[in-house]
Amino acid sequence: MSSVTIDKAAPTRTVKLGSMSRDRKWALRWSYFFLTLFAIFSLLPPIYMLITSLKSSAEISAATNPWWVFHPTLENYVGLLTSNQFLRFFLNSALVSIFVVTITMLISVPAAFALARMRFWGSATLATGVFLTYLIPDSLLFIPLFKVFAQFGDWTGIQLINRWYVLLFIYPTLTVPFCTWIMIGYFASIPKELDEAAIIDGASWFQTLTRIFIPVALPGLIAATIFAFTVSWAQFLYPLVFTTSTDQLVLPVGIITTLIKGDVFNWGQIMTGALLGAAPPLIIYAFLMDYYIAGLTAGATKG
Amino acid sequence: MADVALRKVVKRYDDVEAVRGIDLDIADHEFIVLVGPSGCGKSTTLRMIAGLEDITDGDIMIGGDVVNDVPPKDRDIAMVFQNYALYPHMTVAENMSFGLRLKHYPKAEIKSRVTEAARLLDITDLIDRKPKQLSGGQRQRVAMGRAIVRNPKVFLFDEPLSNLDAKLRVQMRIEIKKVHQKVRTTTVYVTHDQVEAMTLADRVVVMNKGRIEQIGTPNELYHRPATRFVAGFIGSPAMNFLPCRLEDSGGTLQIRLTDRIAFALPPARAARYNSLPRTDKLLLGLRPEHLTEAHAHLGPGIETFDTVLDVTEPMGMETLVYFGLDGTPVCGRVDPNAGAKDGAPMRLAMDLNNMHLLNEATGVVL
Repeated sequence: MSSVTIDKAAPTRTVKLGSMSRDRKWALRWSYFFLTLFAIFSLLPPIYMLITSLKSSAEISAATNPWWVFHPTLENYVGLLTSNQFLRFFLNSALVSIFVVTITMLISVPAAFALARMRFWGSATLATGVFLTYLIPDSLLFIPLFKVFAQFGDWTGIQLINRWYVLLFIYPTLTVPFCTWIMIGYFASIPKELDEAAIIDGASWFQTLTRIFIPVALPGLIAATIFAFTVSWAQFLYPLVFTTSTDQLVLPVGIITTLIKGDVFNWGQIMTGALLGAAPPLIIYAFLMDYYIAGLTAGATKG
Repeated sequence: MADVALRKVVKRYDDVEAVRGIDLDIADHEFIVLVGPSGCGKSTTLRMIAGLEDITDGDIMIGGDVVNDVPPKDRDIAMVFQNYALYPHMTVAENMSFGLRLKHYPKAEIKSRVTEAARLLDITDLIDRKPKQLSGGQRQRVAMGRAIVRNPKVFLFDEPLSNLDAKLRVQMRIEIKKVHQKVRTTTVYVTHDQVEAMTLADRVVVMNKGRIEQIGTPNELYHRPATRFVAGFIGSPAMNFLPCRLEDSGGTLQIRLTDRIAFALPPARAARYNSLPRTDKLLLGLRPEHLTEAHAHLGPGIETFDTVLDVTEPMGMETLVYFGLDGTPVCGRVDPNAGAKDGAPMRLAMDLNNMHLLNEATGVVL
C-alpha cells in the first residue's frame, strides 16, 4: 500500500514509502540483528579453536589475551598430521562414515519408496514406527546394544566389540530411521501421476525408483546423505562405549582419549584435532549445497 | 490398434461403489469421450482400463483379450494425465522415448519415432528442453508425444486440457482432433467439460453416479437425450425444465405450463404424447435456442407469450435472457437486435416442435 501524490502543476511524482515497505524494513533490521547475534554466538567456538591451534603450549598457559596469537606456530598441525595415531583415527572415521552413509542409503531409500508409494497392509503404521525408533535416545540404547553384541560374541565366537566396524552395525540404528523419514517426505511430494506414467511406460517398481524417483528427489537424497554423514562423523557415545583399543578409535573419541593424559590437557593439539575433524563435513556441505538448494521437481506438473 | 469392451465392470472402495456395473463397447479407431460431473466414476473407469485401478467385478477386454489381471505395461496403452506427469529431470526427447528405451528398442527406431511424433505435434524445436522450460500447452503436447511414440493399441486421456487456460484449451482441442485423424488410434477421453465432449467425440458416454446414463453421438445426445440428467448436462446454457401437465381441450392435446399459459401441441407431438396419462406430473424440456423473440410470422408449433425479463446477458452474436415462469427460472436466446433489456417486458416465442417431455418423477424423456 503506497500512497501516490500527483502534483498537477508539474509532471513529477513523489512516491512515499508506504506502511508495507516500512514494515519490511524493520523486519529486515531485526532479522539482521538476530542473525548477526546468532552468527557471533555460533562462530566464536571455531574461531577460538583456530586461535588456540596456532599457539604453542607455553603461550596457551601464559596469562596473555586468549583472543590473540602473539607467536603463531604450526607445530600442533605438524605434530598431529605426522602422528600415525591421529591419521589412523581419521581413517577409521572416514571408513565408518562412508560405509554408514552407503548402508543407510541402500536401506532407507528403498524403504522410503516402499512406505511412500507401494501401498501395502500396515505401511502407514510402519512408517510411523520407523520414525518412533529414532526418538529413543542413544544414551538409553547403548547398554542393551552392548549386551546384544557381547552375547552375539559369546554365542558365535565372532568378536565385534572393540572393532571399528562394529559401528557399521550401530550407527544405522540412528541414521536409517531419520533418513527414511526424510525420504518418505520427499517421495510423497512427487506427484502420483509421475509413477503412474512410468508404470504405463513399462517401468518396474525398481526402475521407477532408480530412473524417476531418485533423480527427482535428489535434493532430499542429498539432505539425507549430509545428515547420515554428519551423524556418523560426529557420533561420540557409541564409539566411546564400543571401541577401546587405540587403533580402533574414531576421531572424536581418539582426540579425547589420547590427547588428555590424566589431568594434562594438550589444548593446542585438541583444538587442532577438532578443527581438522570439522573440515570434512564442512567441505561436503559446501560441495553438496548447490545441488541441495536446486529444486528439481519444477516442471513435472502444472505450476 | 484395437477395440475395447467393458462388461458389467464394478469398482468398489470399501462401502462406496464408484462404478456400478457398466457395459461399453468401443470400436477400433473410435474416439470415445466419457463425460459427467465430479465423482461420476469416469476417471475411475479410465484408470481401470489403464490398469491403474483393480476392478472389483466384471471384465475389461482390449483387442478381444480379457486384461483384468494384466499389468498396465502389458496392456499396450498410453495415457495422458491432467497434470502432464512429465519426468522433470529428462528432456522432451528423453521423456518421449522413456517407454521405448525401457523396452530396449533400437536407437535408430527410437529417434525416428520421436522425430516423427515431434513433427506431428509441432514441438521439434523443443526436443532438447526440460519440462520446466515449457509452457502449459507445450507440456501437454509433450505428454501427447510420449503417448504417440509408443504406438499403443489405445490412447487414454484423463482430463488433459483442464489445466490450460480457455483459449489454449480450444486450440489444443483442435490439435487433439487433428492428431486422432492422423493416427486413428482408439481413444478414450475423460472430461467434465461437455463442450470438449461434444467437439471431440465420435460417441459420447454420459456418466452419472457410477452408471452410464446414455451413449450416443454428440448430436443424438443433444437432440434426443434419454434422461433429464443428459438433457440438462449436455448443452450450454442448460435446457430449461418447466413443470407442466397434459390436457385435452376441444379435441386437441395441449400442454399447461401455468394457470394462464397453455399451448396446443403441434400434430406430430400430440400424436406422440397422446397415450400418456393426463394426471402425470411432467416437465417440459426446452433448450434456450427454442425460446426466442416473437416474429410476426409464426410457423406451426410456435407459440408466443409475454413476460418480463429479469436479466439479459449480451453475448455478441446473441443475447441470453432470463425470466421466471410461475417461479421457475427460464433462459432464452434472442437476437441481439431484438431489444431485450433488464427488467423490460418482452414477447417471446416457444418452439414446441423441438420440445421434450419428461416424467418428473423418473426423469425419463418420454
